[in-house]
Amino acid sequence: MAFEFPNLDNAQYKIKEKYQNYIGGEWVDPADGEFFDNKSPVTGKVVSKVPRSKQADVDNAVKAAHEAQVEWGKTSPTERSLVLLKIADKVEAHLEELAVLETFENGKAVRETLNADLPLVVDHFRYFAGVIRAQEGGISQLDEDTVAYHFHEPLGVVGQIIPWNFPLLMASWKIAPALAAGNSIVLKPAEQTPTTILHFMELVQDIVPKGVLNIVNGFGAEAGQALATHQDINKIAFTGETTTGRIIMQNASQNIIPVTLELGGKSPNIFARDVMDEDDGYLDRAIEGLVMFALNQGEVCTCPSRALVHEDIYDEFMERVIKRVEQIKVGNPLDVETMMGAQTSEEQKEKITSYLDIGKKEGAEILTGGNVIEMDGDIGEGYYIEPTIFKGTNKMRIFQEEIFGPVLAVATYKDDEEALEIANDTMYGLGAGVWTRSQNKAYRFGRGIQAGRVWVNTYHDYPAHAAFGGYKMSGIGRENHKMMLSHYQQTKNLLISYSETAKGFF
Amino acid sequence: MVTDNKSVDATQSAKDLIKELKEEHGELVFHQSGGCCDGSSPMCLKKDMIIIGPADVKLGEIEGVEFYMHHQQYEYWKHTKLTVDVVEGNGGMFSVEGPRGVRFHIRSEPK
Repeated sequence: MAFEFPNLDNAQYKIKEKYQNYIGGEWVDPADGEFFDNKSPVTGKVVSKVPRSKQADVDNAVKAAHEAQVEWGKTSPTERSLVLLKIADKVEAHLEELAVLETFENGKAVRETLNADLPLVVDHFRYFAGVIRAQEGGISQLDEDTVAYHFHEPLGVVGQIIPWNFPLLMASWKIAPALAAGNSIVLKPAEQTPTTILHFMELVQDIVPKGVLNIVNGFGAEAGQALATHQDINKIAFTGETTTGRIIMQNASQNIIPVTLELGGKSPNIFARDVMDEDDGYLDRAIEGLVMFALNQGEVCTCPSRALVHEDIYDEFMERVIKRVEQIKVGNPLDVETMMGAQTSEEQKEKITSYLDIGKKEGAEILTGGNVIEMDGDIGEGYYIEPTIFKGTNKMRIFQEEIFGPVLAVATYKDDEEALEIANDTMYGLGAGVWTRSQNKAYRFGRGIQAGRVWVNTYHDYPAHAAFGGYKMSGIGRENHKMMLSHYQQTKNLLISYSETAKGFF
Repeated sequence: MVTDNKSVDATQSAKDLIKELKEEHGELVFHQSGGCCDGSSPMCLKKDMIIIGPADVKLGEIEGVEFYMHHQQYEYWKHTKLTVDVVEGNGGMFSVEGPRGVRFHIRSEPK
């Protein structure tokens, strides 16, 4: 079964020909009336027009957010929690619709948007609806008559710049804690995936008070930069790449505002010799754990893109892995049987192709894949690439850079010490995987790998209530957990004396 | 700051685009990005957008525009020669060519 393309007349779920910004609770054209063409990576064709917003639009959105913040900042956690719960219910009621639109916009297989992206969006809003109710301030008795009260207060108006790999889920990771904590938001979606968040906004516009959540589309160099450099925002959050992360920090330093950054990784996935001790369900799970590099076409910050396999099991383990990889069905992402869909943009396809090229030129051996797939018919101009495995060494560029495609680099190791050394020989430290039947080995690898998230005997789980964020150049801050609230809150200390006698100094 | 002036070149289409962008935006600088999403792409920025400092390595100049990379990234890239090219596509974060529907792109060769 395949869903119809949402740009066709007979489609169950439809996109629009033209979109607007959402500012101050109103749908508005960009101030200078310019729009840009939005392509679907599924077909490679232009399917809609999206506002090409600039400084004036961002200014309007920040102003609207500040006006809304006056009242929103005073709401009780109970009120805000209810808003989040209503958002979750609304998204859940429209889950299939949003999943189909997300797939058409991003290119990922609809089985992923239906079963992972959108259910996680729903759960994320519910999680932050819960933790904000449970959050407590503090009271400290300093002496008999003196008490320190600690209150959580919102930061104010926050800017959020969203990536294109999980457009709705990444937006939810940022929107839910910011709203829970009582902030107003100006959000800039990625120009590669600008519209599904507007469908989301349309669904929840009667739930969120006017001006509390504002969405401004446009190019990074125009709208994104205008938001990141804006002098009236109280915080900026960004998921993306390192140069922009650095520029965002640099701008934040001028306004002395906090930043949270998630900048990607080059995640090692270690397979110990003991994974092949038995031919059982666990081994089957470990094999799947390696093939997880193909999830979301590899366009995941924590893509397990470096597999480190113990040399004693390499041949037999990889033989079984490659069989599994070659069973991956690549095709129309709107077909529920499709396992891997289209890369998000033409530029992304070109970038991945360049890495296939440098991998070959550096002498890495192709174990499977390695080519662009030329599709036929209505997806003939979409952006499809074979799931690819290279064997090589950790100093090769394909082992060190985030390809952001279905491309895995595999190396062998001889002992745990070498595995750990290779795992940590990278600029990044976002995710990692460890596969072993030994608890002690799992613990030692888990603590030894310099990364914010180490999965053990599992991979690519992103539940709320498990902190997610990077070591080293992978960023600053943690998402997905109640500790995220502190990234969106001020601490107010009220220090009160109940004494009725003078201190005696003067 | 370390300088390695022989590691970057550009295709004619990239050179032509740089000339046009200089006319539109004034002084520019390239900074090679890493990491997620639009990472691994060269960012062409207005010169005052980014503070270049001791953490960066200069890889050369293209049409008078300096090209930099963070020194940690350079350690993993220094054995390859880079050629800046242009491909179609939206995006590129703060890179100034984005609104034209094209992106600077890196092609690499072992040295």
